Amino acid sequence: MTKREDELTWKDLRIGSIVAEPGSASQYQTGTWRSQRPLFDSSRCIKCGMCYIFCPEGCVEQNTEGYFEANLFYCKGCGICARECWPQAITMVEEEE
Amino acid sequence: MAKKVGIEVSIAIADAAKLANVDVVAAYPITPQTHIVEHLAQLVADGELDAAYIPVESEHSVMSACCGASAVGARTFTATAGQGLELMHEVLYVASAMQFPIVMTVANRALSAPLSVWGDHSDAMAVRDTGWIQIFVENGQEAVDNVLCAFRIAEDQRVLLPVMVHLDGFYLSHVIEPIVLPEQSEVDQFIPTYQYPLPLNPDKPVTMGAFAPPFIYYEAKKAQEVNLRAAKEVIIECWNEFGNRFKRYYSPVESYRCEEAKVLLLTMGSFSETAMTAIDKMRGEGKQVGLLRLRLWRPFPFKEIRQAVKNAEVLIVLDRALSFGGPGGPVCSEIRSALYQQDRKPKVISFIGGLGGRDITVAGFEEIITKGIEISQTGSDQEFELFGVKE
Repeated sequence: MTKREDELTWKDLRIGSIVAEPGSASQYQTGTWRSQRPLFDSSRCIKCGMCYIFCPEGCVEQNTEGYFEANLFYCKGCGICARECWPQAITMVEEEE
Repeated sequence: MAKKVGIEVSIAIADAAKLANVDVVAAYPITPQTHIVEHLAQLVADGELDAAYIPVESEHSVMSACCGASAVGARTFTATAGQGLELMHEVLYVASAMQFPIVMTVANRALSAPLSVWGDHSDAMAVRDTGWIQIFVENGQEAVDNVLCAFRIAEDQRVLLPVMVHLDGFYLSHVIEPIVLPEQSEVDQFIPTYQYPLPLNPDKPVTMGAFAPPFIYYEAKKAQEVNLRAAKEVIIECWNEFGNRFKRYYSPVESYRCEEAKVLLLTMGSFSETAMTAIDKMRGEGKQVGLLRLRLWRPFPFKEIRQAVKNAEVLIVLDRALSFGGPGGPVCSEIRSALYQQDRKPKVISFIGGLGGRDITVAGFEEIITKGIEISQTGSDQEFELFGVKE
């Protein structure tokens, strides 16, 4: 479909609202649900990857230098990465404004 | 050439599903529909029907299995009644919204408590808004014919919706009637080969039943509503085609001796046949009464109802279900609402009767009509009359 998801009308839906393109859920921005975001401090990070393992959204990625960061398009701000990070390299900060 | 045989209606319904060459039957036994799925199980076990028979642990699983079967493009059939229909309730919405053309016969039964296996329309009314096409039949022949029509309607590419065929538990399900079962070749010609447009297929993956955020759920419901309403024309087309081929005719609202009738009685299901006898008797006494039978319950035939009652002065509606604390009979309440804006309309009188297997005799229908006429003249402080309840 060429239209953006939020521009679809009832006439654009396939039978039974079937989605025919695989992986379309990746277009859904769950990052808007967030009230807090994780801040990653690379000076404390030991690249253990616990945040990557525990992230229920699967949105923590490893960058080219080997440090971890959250993809904020998907990150819902649950704070599990910060809780599990034992070197305390992740801090949750308010998403104000 | 198809010939007439004496057969139990439930067995004939199972035979009709076999004639429709179903691929999958998922079922759980419940009175009074058990004989339908029991006979289908026998047909599959005996190798007379090449279908997958899935015995599941509850009706919730029945409808879930039916959805799965339908999603891969299998022609799917099941039957249930009363509490069974209630237990599959949430999945009924899934089947219609995901456009799975499942066909289900419902041997209508009262709802507990107190426990009752006997018939009324409480189960049907509780699933009124599930988005299924719903057809009521009056006798065994109509049940067989409409099961066949149901497959053709459900699988029509312009429709793709599940269909319930309602028949009265015991009054129809357990009686032996003379029924014509069409020949296999006739059925094969009448029901085209079925192909679901976007079936589950590992080579061409699709997502079914994905979640819909607020930006699209509303549009999905609008599409569903437009589709169900538009199905009426296809249903009428199917019944016309059935009539051409088999010489038995069906329509959304059927009338019996309504010519010049000032007073009309409206019924649904097998009680209509008893009501016909009452109408004959009253006509014989020179009374201008007629009978309307509502066959198509969803999509609701607004145009046909308005047309059918436009010359009547009194319309008496008999419901076999009670909306507690509400307007009374669900059928009457919808008819009242369909007529409210009309300039010319009859006085609509609501009766409820026949709950939990309580019979209404010919004399009973005469009494309902007479009392209905009386109420139309004197008025009543009641929303509805409960006919035949012991005071």
